[in-house]
Amino acid sequence: MAATTLPGAREDSPLVALLKDAGIAAAIAFLLALPLMGFQTLDSGTTVDLQYRFHWVAIATVGVFFGRIVFTLLYRRAGAARSKAPGIVGQGMARVGEGLGRFLVPAFILFALILPFLPFADRREIDLATYVLIYVMLGWGLNIVVGLAGLLDLGYVAFYAIGAYSYALLAKTFGFSFWLCLPLAGILAAFLGILLGFPVLRLRGDYLAIVTLGFGEIIRVILVNWQPVTGGPNGISGVPRPTFFGLPFTNDPAEGETAFHEFFNLDFASLHRFVFLYYVILALVLVTNAVTLRLRKMPIGRAWEALREDEIACRSLGINPTNTKLTAFAIGAMFGGFAGSFFATRQGFISPESFTFIESAVILAIVVLGGMGSQAGVVVATLFLVLLPELAREFAQFRMLIFGAAMVLIMVWRPQGLLAHRAPTVSLGPGSGGSR
Amino acid sequence: MNRAAEGTLLQVEHLSMRFGGLLAVDDVSFEARTGEITGVIGPNGAGKTTVFNCLTGFYKPTHGRLSLHRDGEVYLLEQMEGHKIAQDARVARTFQNIRLFPRMSVLENLMVAQHNRLMVASGYTFLGLFGAPSYLRAEREALDLCRYWLDRIGLTEFADDQAGSLPYGGQRRLEIARAMCTQPVLLCLDEPAAGLNPRESGELSELLVAIRDGAGSDGQKIGVLLIEHDMSVVMRISDHVVVLDYGRKISDGSAEEVRGDPNVIRAYLGEEEDEELPPEVVADLTQHGGETRP
Ligand SMILES: Nc1ncnc2c1ncn2[C@@H]1O[C@H](COP(=O)(O)OP(=O)(O)O)[C@@H](O)[C@H]1O
Ligand SMILES: [Mg+2]
Repeated sequence: MAATTLPGAREDSPLVALLKDAGIAAAIAFLLALPLMGFQTLDSGTTVDLQYRFHWVAIATVGVFFGRIVFTLLYRRAGAARSKAPGIVGQGMARVGEGLGRFLVPAFILFALILPFLPFADRREIDLATYVLIYVMLGWGLNIVVGLAGLLDLGYVAFYAIGAYSYALLAKTFGFSFWLCLPLAGILAAFLGILLGFPVLRLRGDYLAIVTLGFGEIIRVILVNWQPVTGGPNGISGVPRPTFFGLPFTNDPAEGETAFHEFFNLDFASLHRFVFLYYVILALVLVTNAVTLRLRKMPIGRAWEALREDEIACRSLGINPTNTKLTAFAIGAMFGGFAGSFFATRQGFISPESFTFIESAVILAIVVLGGMGSQAGVVVATLFLVLLPELAREFAQFRMLIFGAAMVLIMVWRPQGLLAHRAPTVSLGPGSGGSR
Repeated sequence: MNRAAEGTLLQVEHLSMRFGGLLAVDDVSFEARTGEITGVIGPNGAGKTTVFNCLTGFYKPTHGRLSLHRDGEVYLLEQMEGHKIAQDARVARTFQNIRLFPRMSVLENLMVAQHNRLMVASGYTFLGLFGAPSYLRAEREALDLCRYWLDRIGLTEFADDQAGSLPYGGQRRLEIARAMCTQPVLLCLDEPAAGLNPRESGELSELLVAIRDGAGSDGQKIGVLLIEHDMSVVMRISDHVVVLDYGRKISDGSAEEVRGDPNVIRAYLGEEEDEELPPEVVADLTQHGGETRP
């Protein structure tokens, strides 16, 4: 409101507008606070009494009034600074990001590689790092679908679930090893991605989002109800644990088996399994990243991004939109399937509980917050959205509040996501400008 | 060759397109030939863009046949999917409202246009993932073609900039270059001079003539279909002009013939026949003797 008023149009108009704007905000706060904060029920044993707390309502209303004024003034100043130097701030930041990236990325990978041997790393830390890496992988998988191809998928967790259940069922029923199940789970998830994709990919934007949301729920409902196969709400327990190329991580190996610690002449420690799992997911994550970065520079990757930018133009250039979207969907689903089967072997127990809509929402938030299409952004956003809440478990009740506030602040501060800079996938290189 | 004369590239026969109660294109027939620029003119809402949308598969015509003749084969465009028309029949187009990939770089825009060729060369991605030499060679050739067009449209130094950040004229030229990177036999341009200043539209005319005569197509002449409002451009470079009004074709011939056609003059100046015509139009009419073609 205040922002739309022309400064200096009338002597007092900006001030009046500011007050009016703050007044409206305060009025809304009052209406909300009255029922929410104004009354409190007191249970006095036999009857329920009502207590009035109108001073709370007054505090909230006045607080919002002045808060709004401060916010508007700050925001207007920031806006003025931005319009004075359009793009320069952003570009400068991107350049700083690029320079840092050249140094930070290898440092980050090195840190991830030696993490289990750092002095502070114990079972809990390594397990937490494994947990975070699962989300990084899911974020990168969904990034292909949402960030690159621009297809809003709200049911990504379905592919995660399919991967997990494929692994659990294949490993339990047929005794397949993890390394055999992993590709199978990925292929199954990709196949389901294509199956889902065929009918729905002609939909756009909101419609696609709703259908994929439905798909995620359908898969979960099937998992709950197909009792004989999926175990229903009880899930599947006793999912085979990973082995180190056939050497199990147990203290009392079965007859004729050699345990990991026996083979390597170590004392038994449950830590071994956690470290092994950590390296497995780290390897998967690094492969996912390498493949995605490579795909981005391939014709298919450029077609995904072009499709995100303008589907009609793509068609006029001879790109088959349906096939191109399907490949994005299938490859994204495949990475989701990989992550799912890793999740199953790590947990040893899976149930539909783990694959609710909130998971899809968190993964999508990671992609959007990171900056659509940015690989590094996904990592940063995962640290924000997954690691931070885990570390802040002590503040149990304020956790979601802080989480929400952080997301709102980030979206106000950087609406395009944390790392929105996009480097071109190809450039002419030295000696450009010649003719054919 | 299906009643088509030698050199005929595109044959539009009895094309009609109906939107609900509106007949946007009404029984229009014309031809476009290789090595010629065919201008399509007409007042706003005459149905020019609709004809293009039918040609390039965005609309399915209510009626009519659209045949494209290439290498001795006939492609019936009205039965093909949009992307197949670009891929197999090799018809490329630009849009009245520019449609670039704004957040991708200028160079990437040109690379995307070579998608199908690169897809095949990359073994549908599988070989390319492992850096197969055949793919790397194809990519180098694709970059050479980009380089050629960037040079041609004067955007080499902006190759790595976002396409959306180019000035308007640059975006128009980039869209044409992008269409040319698909290596078409027929290029359809929807008001490419709109919003350009006189110097820019002069350069555009030269570019279009060069494209017609085989620039960037290894010397192979191609056909150009040009919708344009800027009469100076159409009349100067068109080898042949088709005039539409209210969805119907009202004139068809050389620029000279069309300019003198009373039907065209009436369409552009209004319907009232008993109204006195402006003197310069009368002069024009008498000069050309009013050669009317049915
Ligand atoms: N998709 C559509 N749905 C309904 N009417 C349309 C559609 N596209 C075009 N028209 C109508 O068809 C007529 C011709 O439009 P168009 O081909 O864009 O004209 P031009 O390009 O010659 O200015 C106009 O009256 C327009 O409103
Ligand atoms: Mg038009």
